[in-house]
Amino acid sequence: MKPGQYFQLPMISRRTWQVWRRNRDVFMKTLKVNFIPPIVEPILYLLALGFGLGLFVKEIDGVPYADFIAPALLAITIMNASFFECTYASFVRMYYQKTFDAIVATPLNVDEVITGEILWGATRSTISATIMLGVIALFGLASFPMALLIIPFSFIGGLLFASLAMCFTAVTPRIDSLNYPTSLFVTPMFLVSGTFFPLSALPAAVQSFANIAVPLVHVVKISRAMTYGVLQIDLLWSLLWISVVAAFFFIVSVNMMKRRLVV
Amino acid sequence: MDIISAESLTKKYDGFIAVDGIDFAVKEGELFGFLGPNGAGKTTTMKMIQCVSPKTSGSLTVAGMDVDKEPRRIKLILGVAPQEGNLDPDFTVKENMIVYSRYFDIPKKVAEERTAKLLEFFQLQAKVDTQIDKLSGGMKKRLILARSMLNEPRILILDEPTVGLDPQARHLIWDQLIKLKDRGITIILTTHYMEEAARLCDRLVIMDNGKILAEGNPKDLVRKHVASNVVEAKNSSQVMECVKRHELHAEDAGDAVHIFTDEPKRTMSVLMTECKLETATVRESTLEDVFLKLTGRVLRE
Repeated sequence: MKPGQYFQLPMISRRTWQVWRRNRDVFMKTLKVNFIPPIVEPILYLLALGFGLGLFVKEIDGVPYADFIAPALLAITIMNASFFECTYASFVRMYYQKTFDAIVATPLNVDEVITGEILWGATRSTISATIMLGVIALFGLASFPMALLIIPFSFIGGLLFASLAMCFTAVTPRIDSLNYPTSLFVTPMFLVSGTFFPLSALPAAVQSFANIAVPLVHVVKISRAMTYGVLQIDLLWSLLWISVVAAFFFIVSVNMMKRRLVV
Repeated sequence: MDIISAESLTKKYDGFIAVDGIDFAVKEGELFGFLGPNGAGKTTTMKMIQCVSPKTSGSLTVAGMDVDKEPRRIKLILGVAPQEGNLDPDFTVKENMIVYSRYFDIPKKVAEERTAKLLEFFQLQAKVDTQIDKLSGGMKKRLILARSMLNEPRILILDEPTVGLDPQARHLIWDQLIKLKDRGITIILTTHYMEEAARLCDRLVIMDNGKILAEGNPKDLVRKHVASNVVEAKNSSQVMECVKRHELHAEDAGDAVHIFTDEPKRTMSVLMTECKLETATVRESTLEDVFLKLTGRVLRE
């Protein structure tokens, strides 16, 4: 495959939504199983770190520790929901259930299947982030109405991590191999993206690197501003970063998947 | 009229030639078979017809449309029943049908009507709300067939539709396929069950190593490639030696020796009197004899 072939624009019709609908229907059928786990973890972090560790940390950037990490947990929820949907769950549909094979025998093509999966991954981010926002609101850690902007924003953030995840899924030989991007990509991001301590605690060079190359950094920045209810102009840079990188990896992931599936 | 036509159709994967310049034409309304051992290129050919695997070279048209240019319009008129079960395990029988119909933009009401009719036709009406993993192998195969009929296809592509089924389930599928053919649907079938091919196919091709070795009506193929009868006897070096001495056409089939002949009576008497055989059986030649003659007896992986 020539390098240029990774950047062909996907051929998509409105039938893409039928892939999204299929996943939504399964989700609705298994609502009880799907609903709770994705938000239990962030709630535990909020309790243990925000209110436990927070007793010792006092304030960061002039706010109590629980207030500081609540928006980070929202950003992490956005990342995890779409990333795990488009790695493990998509891989199961592609590899074990042969769902993609069944769909491409109908008028849909691979581009539409992958796009539908990514749109669904982003939807999962929105669902989880919305629930998480409700939890944070119960603790009085979000400033409304501005914090409601997180709901539409979570879809954009979801597209970013869903597209990145799909690139990993396209090259993974076995489901176990997906543990690599999880522990080498997601977990480090989870810890050092200005989530549990401010980026300013890091060396200057690492800070610059994080601002240029680490996706979660930008999602945390926007989520934090929206939760605090203070929007500054430099957030546009983060929003632009997320949009451009999401679009880039969306196109690349569709082409990588075509390479895997169209033989 | 030819509804599918292929000329010099070729498929290569990194240096390996899966389909090697084959020509064939399927007429509208025909039940057309692809026979061949594992790895012969049958499934690859099916995938090219279905527009899911792009051809490397040659030409292939379905209902007059080029597979490279109009995959969506071709896929709208195809019904596909794959070899690998790809029913959606997250759904029940009925949900599988409804979700699949949405990929064809079939309105919900129409989809429900067709689902009810098709589940009845394939005797699955009692399983409407059953989860897929609770179905038997035969039920799954029938559901895949029912699903492939949802868009009322002009052409049905069935990749080994009866593999692994018990005789009852197999006969039910055969009966339903003949009914579908009587409605004018063109059916393309791959199989390595000779009885199935001989019983169902109007015409068929025998493939091996990516090439078509023979083509025709099952009866004509038998007439053309092998003698009318086969005498089977227990294999031993004395028998083989004796058979050769009398210039009979014999094939080593492991435990048995197969003697192809158009004069079974004379052959039998030679075997009984000259070769001192106690027993031997005469049977009519079958498609399986043709198949083994053309593709050999070496085991395929």
